[in-house]
Amino acid sequence: MNEVAIEVEAPKLARLLDATYRPTAEQAAALVRRRYARERALKLAGLTGLAIGVLALGLLLASIVPGVKAFVRHAIVLDIEFDAAVIDASGTRDPREMAKADYQELIYRALYRLFPEATGREARRELRSLVSVGAGDRLRDMVLADPSIVGSTQRVAVIAASNIDQVLKGSIDRTVPEESRVVKDRTLAVIDRLAEQGRITREWNKSFFLTGDSRHPELAGLYGALIGSAYLMLVTFLFSVPMGIAAAVYLEEFAPKNRVTDLIEININNLAAVPSIVFGLLGLAIFLNTFGLPRSSPIAGGLTLGLMTLPTVVVATRAALRSIPPSIREAALGIGASRVQAVLHHVLPLAMPGILTGTIIGMAQALGETAPLLMIGMNAFIVDVPRSPWDAAAALPVQIYIWADSPERQFAELTAGAIIVLLGFLIVMNGLAIYLRRRLERTW
Amino acid sequence: MLTVLAVLLVASAAFGLARHRALAVANGKPSALHSRPVHHAVYAALLAAGPALALWAVWAVFSPLVLRWIVEASLPPELLAQGPELRRFFMSTVLRLASGLPPTGEVTPDLAAAAAYYSRLSSFGSLAVLVGSVCLALVLARLALSRISLEMRARNAVESWFTTALWISAAISIATTAGIVFSVLFESMRFFQFVPVSEFLFGLQWSPQIALRADQVAGSGAFGAVPLFAGTLLVTVIAMAVAGPIGMLSAIFLSQYASPAFRDVAKPVLEVLAGIPTVVYGFFAALVVAPWVRGFGESLGLDVSSESALAAGVVMGIMIIPFVSSLADDAIMAVPQAMRDGSLALGATRAETISQVLIPAALPGIVAGFLLAISRAIGETMIVVMAAGMAANLTANPLASVTTVTVQIVTLLVGDQEFDSPKTLSAFALGLTLFVVTLGLNVIALYVLQRFREQYE
Repeated sequence: MNEVAIEVEAPKLARLLDATYRPTAEQAAALVRRRYARERALKLAGLTGLAIGVLALGLLLASIVPGVKAFVRHAIVLDIEFDAAVIDASGTRDPREMAKADYQELIYRALYRLFPEATGREARRELRSLVSVGAGDRLRDMVLADPSIVGSTQRVAVIAASNIDQVLKGSIDRTVPEESRVVKDRTLAVIDRLAEQGRITREWNKSFFLTGDSRHPELAGLYGALIGSAYLMLVTFLFSVPMGIAAAVYLEEFAPKNRVTDLIEININNLAAVPSIVFGLLGLAIFLNTFGLPRSSPIAGGLTLGLMTLPTVVVATRAALRSIPPSIREAALGIGASRVQAVLHHVLPLAMPGILTGTIIGMAQALGETAPLLMIGMNAFIVDVPRSPWDAAAALPVQIYIWADSPERQFAELTAGAIIVLLGFLIVMNGLAIYLRRRLERTW
Repeated sequence: MLTVLAVLLVASAAFGLARHRALAVANGKPSALHSRPVHHAVYAALLAAGPALALWAVWAVFSPLVLRWIVEASLPPELLAQGPELRRFFMSTVLRLASGLPPTGEVTPDLAAAAAYYSRLSSFGSLAVLVGSVCLALVLARLALSRISLEMRARNAVESWFTTALWISAAISIATTAGIVFSVLFESMRFFQFVPVSEFLFGLQWSPQIALRADQVAGSGAFGAVPLFAGTLLVTVIAMAVAGPIGMLSAIFLSQYASPAFRDVAKPVLEVLAGIPTVVYGFFAALVVAPWVRGFGESLGLDVSSESALAAGVVMGIMIIPFVSSLADDAIMAVPQAMRDGSLALGATRAETISQVLIPAALPGIVAGFLLAISRAIGETMIVVMAAGMAANLTANPLASVTTVTVQIVTLLVGDQEFDSPKTLSAFALGLTLFVVTLGLNVIALYVLQRFREQYE
């Protein structure tokens, strides 16, 4: 026999069958070298493939990191004169009247005082564009909290406009030629002077977590989307989890094993692979058009996501029930328990960790799902925070989609910030599922 | 709401009383009873609550219809004579008034009278249902309590109700599939009344923007979906060109070369890719990868669309790497150790074992994994919505902008639409196509697994 290791390839086959063929030592050594080179090449290729995958994940996460900038924002410290003539012209200190006053004007006056050389219309317009259009709200809140400040002059940090914030965060490149830059040289000079005087401060962007959406990026927040997502998850959970567990218990523990059950099994597995957008079409046709649920509402979106999550819960529950050894059931039946008692008292509690893990993973999927919600109309621009599942609402992933599509520069930062929040929730949920699995799952 | 609370209160009282009474009947010796006290208690509670809640549910669902019908019948004849359109508007204003919302227009005496009549009927009905269901619950609870005896088979009754409830849940879960098929099919049928199936499947023009005037026949939209299918195919091919090799190579490395410790770290890291929401990939594709692709292409002197199929396809490929790799990994790991050992014992290197023993043996699993990954890529929506274009170009150039089936579904249905134009209905026809294709791929994948899997036991 040939003492060289066999490599079955057509031209070599003839040589192998030739019993008189004896390779020289060099030929044999060269063959072995070639084969080991191929071995190393495959190993290297495998490692490269894996590295590309991990690198892609790294790039994806790296592209989101700038989102942390969304959690802080810049403010301009101004000496605001709380002019009684503007805030409270009638002098009655009526909170309702003071709430309606033009606080923005007070900020503009403070700016004009700070830059007395800016007298032209154009120059003054540029000064006004330094602060956010919602900056006056802070003054209003101060006055309503403490009416005695009316008439005094106070140092107040007012929210800077989105473009100014972007310059200060370095997201708008100052070296770009002026004509293709949103913020012009004159404004940059003003910003620099403010910075020299120590009038630029950084603060936590509280409104990012505490307000609803806005057309103005520096005022836009996630709160409405968070509440919308919370309602969505509530509806999805209530719809899919009890029903999914019940369906799985029936199919696994009570249904007769026959062709129909097999068909149902295939059916549910296929349902889990149906594209999510098809569930969106289903939700649109059934929940909105047939049942007339309100458009953009978490109740309609939650039911749609619930239909989508149902197969996940059923599959996970069936797997968990199947992993419970038959001896548990047989022992319960053997001492006189009914089948319902055996399931409710013994099998289900033992399967609970697996069911819980599957449920959490299904809910995490539902939380990140966007496409079906677009079909339900949840991508509408909604400023108000929803009060019930029947109100129009945004959801966290849909908010990301809306912001990613918005042209203003700062929305890119907000998008990444919202993604950080979404991924944070998903990490917590999946971490919980992994913890539960490690902690509670037992092997039989 | 009040009715539900009252009924639940009665039911919980029945629960406590029945339990107490069962113990009393048994003289403190529960083993004398056929069913345990808790069964008697649940029996009483369910008997009390079930029919009463059903009565309430029937009222809650049908009362608006019935009340509306009664109020409409009582309207003055001159209002009824105004035709159905105005009457419907009148009734919707009545409903607004009756539920305390501000009216849309001026409140006429007729309106106010009808609204008052409606509220009167509605509150009377609610009260009647409240009294009725509480009485029903009380009577049934009394009945259940009186039935408690040593021989009473409460457990059997409760358990058969329980299994029925489980059966109903299972039936609803399965009805979902039927619901998808029928709702999408029904709307598609309506679409195919406007546009013939052959034109939809084989037409080369896609411009669903329907004519503004009804008489503009020539200007009505074109619904030939071939450019969409081509665009979907192009993006899917790019995605698989990325995910196929990377996924396979990672699976080979992880299953054959990596040390167990490395594998325990690297495999979950790769699987994180599958857990990231698609909208995040969409953001990555649109705001990061697309500008890179464009910049890189332009540095080579190529004309790259800012919404190129390449950017969307590559990111989609990254998304489906874990599908390919974990399914291929499972298939390779499922090959019996004896075959691996046999090949190595003959002197084959590991690379030879992989390419000539393991991969052929695992091929059905790998093919099924690829098919599932393709089905996932075809149905993926957010990445292409955010990174691919809207224009239906029939092209194979990966640098051009293409549109896909899912993008068009989203574009056609987002925003308020009336529901009987071919434009909106065509989205359902596209959805049906999508459903059929992905379902077909899944079925083929399952078939491949079952038919070609080698049995090594």
